[in-house]
Amino acid sequence: MGSHTITSRTPGVFYHRPSPDAEPYVTQGASVSEGDTVGLVEVMKTFHEVKADAAGTVSKILVENEDEVTIGQDLVELET
Amino acid sequence: MTLNGVLVANRGEIALRVVRACRELGIRAVAVYSDADASAAHVRMADDAVHLGRSAASKSYLDEDKVVEAARSAGVDAIHPGYGFLSERPSFAKAVESAGLTFVGPPSSVIATMGDKAAARALARRAGVPVVPGSDEVGSVDEALAAAEEVGYPVLIKASAGGGGRGIRPAGSADELRTVVAEAQREAASAFGSSAVYLERALQGPRHVEVQVLADTHGSVVHCFERECSLQRRRQKILEEAPAPGLDDRLRESLCSAAVDLAREVSYVGAGTVEFLVEGEEFYFIEMNTRIQVEHPITEWITGLDLVAEQLRIAGGAPLSVAQDDVTRRGASIEFRVNAEDPDQDFLPSPGTVEALELPGGPGVRVDTALMAGDVVPPFYDSLVAKLAVWAPTRDQALARGRRALAEYRVDGLPTTIGLHRRLLDHPAVVDGTYDITTLETWLAGGT
Repeated sequence: MGSHTITSRTPGVFYHRPSPDAEPYVTQGASVSEGDTVGLVEVMKTFHEVKADAAGTVSKILVENEDEVTIGQDLVELET
Repeated sequence: MTLNGVLVANRGEIALRVVRACRELGIRAVAVYSDADASAAHVRMADDAVHLGRSAASKSYLDEDKVVEAARSAGVDAIHPGYGFLSERPSFAKAVESAGLTFVGPPSSVIATMGDKAAARALARRAGVPVVPGSDEVGSVDEALAAAEEVGYPVLIKASAGGGGRGIRPAGSADELRTVVAEAQREAASAFGSSAVYLERALQGPRHVEVQVLADTHGSVVHCFERECSLQRRRQKILEEAPAPGLDDRLRESLCSAAVDLAREVSYVGAGTVEFLVEGEEFYFIEMNTRIQVEHPITEWITGLDLVAEQLRIAGGAPLSVAQDDVTRRGASIEFRVNAEDPDQDFLPSPGTVEALELPGGPGVRVDTALMAGDVVPPFYDSLVAKLAVWAPTRDQALARGRRALAEYRVDGLPTTIGLHRRLLDHPAVVDGTYDITTLETWLAGGT
């Protein structure tokens, strides 16, 4: 088994969930398909979904909810 | 009573604008800042500055308690909220009032009334100001369908607690309405904390014209004429001008009187903007913004007033510096919003570092910006980084001056909307002043 890391396409603030009261997009151990949303990055008041660019199982979410991220930063680690 | 010190609860160009007004009036200006803005221009140019918190707006500029506490610790007697952030939150204005400080703006109760779309419409009707044909709040799909029959299709579904163009969905038929109402209620609940929605008839290609008003605590209300703001993308204004081209004097007079009537009806205090849609000879109230507007410089250009100074004087309890007859207009002014966005990539926000910067200058040119060469545009806040506003004796001359100034303007390091404005000034409907609220999006989509 290999591993794959999903990175941020833009700088901003990373969110685990679509809205403060909602369930998180993914949690550790969840299986995701390519194209699934795994988080949200807010940049300049606009929200961009972070999509899985590979299929696999979430082994680690590398950034806390509401943490600031930079472009290219590792967000979610998958076991593929 | 005059203000001794003001906390400027904002960032970027509007914070700098307020700091400048304070300094000219001899008022101590205290800035606030987040981690990302520690060395920003609005901080450097203020008399003092208070650190609020982390970079994310929710941890700094949007944190009501931190902002009020900053004002207390800085020993100021007032808070100016600028636009955006906390400026139209009744809870914030209330917290400022409760702390024994002066909120530079209307009372929290007025913000609450005008921020509630249904309440604002009811108030406009009471003031005899026309509103877009629409419904009361609808609670179910059946209620919405019944209401739409009366209002007439196509309709817009709007969130009662929405604003700034958010929470609005169109429906052209009963079938569409069925699907959209439930979506709109869910979206309204999650975005605004209330699922209340209502319907409005969708006008076909109206113009967005707004009227600036000023009201003091002694019962005086004046208008400062209108601004034409129809050039919008996703309901965000990009270019504004004053006066509104093609608006005949009789209609202008009616619009301005309606705005004053509305402000009186709600016992308004401060600077405010009453927004209308204009279709043919008809006009309809849409909302009132209870704060200074982004596009206030064009009104300052044509009237010679300093609207932010007026706000500060009003907050200090002084009467307006002008009576209605003293407010006159001269020439034409156009504002171009410079956003850190890439028009070639569907306006993708483009934070980054400004490597080089050349600002336009010369006669009739004003640039409001807090962005200097070497500055970083952080990803955490609004994409507006500068406003270029030009003035000239006639509209044609103002267009020529706008072209000249935009040609001088250079920002290296990140994409902006400057190039878009250069192209937009060649659009026939912009040149002729015949555009409406559909013009910009049609043009961006590849049409004319």
